[in-house]
Amino acid sequence: MTSVAVATSAPARARKLVGAGRRQWVGLIYVAPAVALVTVFFVIPLGMTAWMSLHNWPLMGEHAFIGLDNYFAILRDTRFWNALKFTAYYTVIVTIAIFAVAFPLAIFIERPRPLTNLYRTAFFMPAVVGFASASLLWSWLLNVDSGLFSPAAFDLGLTGKKVNLLATFQPAFWSIIAMVVWKVAGFTMIILMTGLQSIPQDLQEAAVIDGAGPFARFRAITLPLMRRTLALALILSVAGSILAFDQFYIILRGGPRNQTLTAVYWIFNQSFVSFKLGYGAALSMVLLVILVALSLIQLWLLRKPEGLD
Amino acid sequence: MAGAMSQNRKAVFSFGRHSIGMIASVLFLAPIVWTVLSTFKPAQEARQPPLPPWPTSGFSIENYETLNTFGDGLWASAQNSIYVSVMTVLLSVLVSVLAGYGFSRFRFPFKDFFFLLILSTIMIPFQSILTPIFLVLTRLGLHNTLTGLVCVYVTLQLPFSIFMMRNAFDAVPREIEEAARMDGANNVTMLVRVMLPLVWPGVVTIALFAFLGAWNEFLAALVLMTDQSKFTLPVMMTALQSGRFGAIDWGAVQAGVTVMMVPCLILFLALQRFYIRGLMAGAVK
Repeated sequence: MTSVAVATSAPARARKLVGAGRRQWVGLIYVAPAVALVTVFFVIPLGMTAWMSLHNWPLMGEHAFIGLDNYFAILRDTRFWNALKFTAYYTVIVTIAIFAVAFPLAIFIERPRPLTNLYRTAFFMPAVVGFASASLLWSWLLNVDSGLFSPAAFDLGLTGKKVNLLATFQPAFWSIIAMVVWKVAGFTMIILMTGLQSIPQDLQEAAVIDGAGPFARFRAITLPLMRRTLALALILSVAGSILAFDQFYIILRGGPRNQTLTAVYWIFNQSFVSFKLGYGAALSMVLLVILVALSLIQLWLLRKPEGLD
Repeated sequence: MAGAMSQNRKAVFSFGRHSIGMIASVLFLAPIVWTVLSTFKPAQEARQPPLPPWPTSGFSIENYETLNTFGDGLWASAQNSIYVSVMTVLLSVLVSVLAGYGFSRFRFPFKDFFFLLILSTIMIPFQSILTPIFLVLTRLGLHNTLTGLVCVYVTLQLPFSIFMMRNAFDAVPREIEEAARMDGANNVTMLVRVMLPLVWPGVVTIALFAFLGAWNEFLAALVLMTDQSKFTLPVMMTALQSGRFGAIDWGAVQAGVTVMMVPCLILFLALQRFYIRGLMAGAVK
């Protein structure tokens, strides 16, 4: 733009600059709707969360400023800490399980071979189904009377009677893990695949000539060169798991005996079942700090390797 | 001799590969196929365990018909879901195309600040600000309305879709714009006639993600839609599955799940290229 302006005569250039200046300001109008939406439905609610967390704020009636009392209450709220503990436990287990399935699948579909596209699409299908749909589907498969697993195991003679998988913690928990791996593995697989495909083929070939076995190549070439992709897949999985709600609400209702209440589930209960909005806001702030800390770790892990662009 | 050996090994390798591929594919597809087949059983049979999954006592669409008898009916919830999803797609495309163009082609005060502001919302879980969103919607008179839900969904889509659209506009060479400006095109004509066809793949990608996001979202809809006539499909089906309308009719639940899944699967199969593109853009950048 400027190079064109320089070539023209002085008055014309001035006019052009004024025109260009006005045109530049027009940009504000283009981004205004987006900024307005983000302000009204994100920035203001975010500020309000912080503000509400300092109040006793029932759904009906007056709210009162109580300072940090909600936060002190959180320190004594053993059920919240149990929920956080369970969420952390679930996050670790489900992330390991997802990677254990998704990484082999990514290697399996990485290179174009006959039918690879077909397999990739099949593995990915559950990922486009919503979490709510998937949870409803599996709540049926896991049902003791009308479902699939218990009656099938009974019919095959594997169990003496129909076992209710959702009645005790261990089978219920692992059922959820199975469902989430089924639903999410295809998604993680695609992300890992992009990382695998970005590794130059000649590096691998050079290593083969040098006599490196498949395991040595995986450790010395694949893993280091996939650092950023691995970090991204890891963070997506961890953040998604910490915020888990749908599957535990729909399939287990937090049971058996409230053992599978996640952090978001507990906040949901406090805010929208007990209507302690101020306390729910304080709990939200704790969750928010955890997630933001995680995002900062993500930015650090995803930084460009030094010396490389 | 060596040639024949390697031929054999190749055949064994290929057989092994396809066996693994087929078995894994079946495992991933089975729950979906099982459900869809089971919905066509008569209601009586649908109460029994789905062994085998296909109807044995005659094909029937009874399960889909009974869905309409719960509360305001399946069709009402489906209409709500369609309205919310389509509006989310239209609005988020409109807002993101405008913003993407603005961020890509203009210099104005606070430009970087606004861009970072929008992108940084992705770091904050919306689950933690649902209560104030509820209060803001009440203040705006959008409490318990589908329009309010649309506003929330559009906002949630913005960081991804504006990022996508700005990159799409950045990839269009400036010479094209210069040429169009010489021909006297103003900003709006430029955007609609010249630029839009060039960034069309990006638009399809963000539209697809907006649809899937809105169609499948559960928690915000559960919290914000308190009136049963405003329920979207996931909320309605969960109410049905929780026994809110009496004994749980698993046949009807499966029919509802099928109605929820099929649009996603069809859209994905038709637009797979754009979906993977969106994932890559998110993964690489």
